[in-house]
Amino acid sequence: MKVILDAEQIDKSLLGLTEEIADRALQSGDPVIIGVRSRGEILAQRLAGRLSERLGRPVHCGTLDITLYRDDLNAPHSSGHPLVQTTEIGFDIDDKTVILVDDVLYTGRSVRAALSALIDLGRPKAIRLAVLVERGGREFPIQADYIGYRAEVGPGQVVQVNLIESDGKDEVVVE
Amino acid sequence: MNRILSIVERHTHHGSRKPHSTTMAMTRKGKQFSWRRKHLIGLRDLTAEEILYILDTAKGFEQISTRSVKKAPPLRGKVVVNLFFEDSTRTRTSFGLAASRLSADVVEFTKKSSAVSKGETLLDTARNLEAMGVDIVVIRHNAAGAPKLLSRSINACVINAGDGFCEHPTQALLDVYTIRQMRGSLEGLKIAIVGDISHSRVARSDMWAMTKLGAEVTLVGPPTLMPAEASRLPVKVSYSLDEVIEHVDVVNMLRIQFERLGGNPFPSIREYSRYFGLTVERMQRAKPDILVMHPGPINRGLEIESEVADGKNSVILDQVRNGLAVRMAVLFLVNQAAAQTPL
Repeated sequence: MKVILDAEQIDKSLLGLTEEIADRALQSGDPVIIGVRSRGEILAQRLAGRLSERLGRPVHCGTLDITLYRDDLNAPHSSGHPLVQTTEIGFDIDDKTVILVDDVLYTGRSVRAALSALIDLGRPKAIRLAVLVERGGREFPIQADYIGYRAEVGPGQVVQVNLIESDGKDEVVVE
Repeated sequence: MNRILSIVERHTHHGSRKPHSTTMAMTRKGKQFSWRRKHLIGLRDLTAEEILYILDTAKGFEQISTRSVKKAPPLRGKVVVNLFFEDSTRTRTSFGLAASRLSADVVEFTKKSSAVSKGETLLDTARNLEAMGVDIVVIRHNAAGAPKLLSRSINACVINAGDGFCEHPTQALLDVYTIRQMRGSLEGLKIAIVGDISHSRVARSDMWAMTKLGAEVTLVGPPTLMPAEASRLPVKVSYSLDEVIEHVDVVNMLRIQFERLGGNPFPSIREYSRYFGLTVERMQRAKPDILVMHPGPINRGLEIESEVADGKNSVILDQVRNGLAVRMAVLFLVNQAAAQTPL
């Protein structure tokens, strides 16, 4: 196990993401933030908080549960039974720029599921992807618009994002 | 009739078991729970942990019915058959709609329009449906035990939508879901189930679900409509709604099922209404925040007065709405269990 980002570096990465999103927001109108359960949800809340400070106005933040949209639900050897949880988006996403937030971009399958889930909720003007960690291994033609940190890890390795709210500590490790 | 009695008998062996929902609920957070049942036959067999898992899952399905695209893809390419040997509008529609919202294809099968009226047996009907590639069978049958029999004979998932006087698990699940939605938990709540208990599979499933989740259940009705085994079940029994109404947090009014009543269980409808109807007058003696439930369809003015059925304490339409979410959750879970069980 190797720590690739400590708490301070995570904070810096989030700051970088906030700046980039804010710069772009000044050109293209106010974005809304939607995090993918469960780590993406926490990151989205942090980002929305910083962004609203930076822009000086409130930024909507919601949570997306993608379980029903996963492509391995009916696969015999998928990783156990995920608990279906609620999607909590208390605002309209029609004609908005949605910043979709996830912890790690790897195969791209979760993002594909999130895109399908989102367009069942409305018709956003645009969807952008923000991730804390980007790594190689894409199986779908998907890339991130905002990247906190690019990790060089091999195909067999697992990148685990731990956050205070869910894991008691801010840390990104490779196993 | 013998078969029905023997199933009622088996219920009573479990009757003395104490519900242990508190400890179960607490262990849930610690370890990863995994749903493993590909059939839902009855709530008597389920643990409190399993019941709570279904209810928690159902929460995630609630919003599908409120958004612009009222559909999600988890049962895409699956076939659900509504195999109803008894009349039903609400339950059949609810299951059908739940399955469609999960993107399954739904086949409607009723007794009248089928080869059953030509003498085909239940198992032959089911095997034929299975040969056509049906994945989930939702069955309602007038014989208690029919869903269980079916689940042992075919590979498809089986969901009980009501069997004889035995169980109607999804109705009870939506009942406890609604109570939990309003009150947070069933722990320590006092609940009265009022009416024709002996002919009610809803009462039986409710009783299992509610007691397992920690509620105290009182069955209320005339002695002629109280099953003989009631005294051996983990419930209280009362023959007077007036004695009970002031103390309960929830009252579930059962429908008088004229189609099932034999003999003369009560002298007249008016007399039944006077003693066991939920009237405005009785409501004035109840707790101000009492929840009024009814599995439907309502006989207005008989077991419940219109003003009460439509009143501020009534959650009858919430029950119907929640029924959809609960049935989506059950369809989703049995299908998930089947996907992960090597055949």
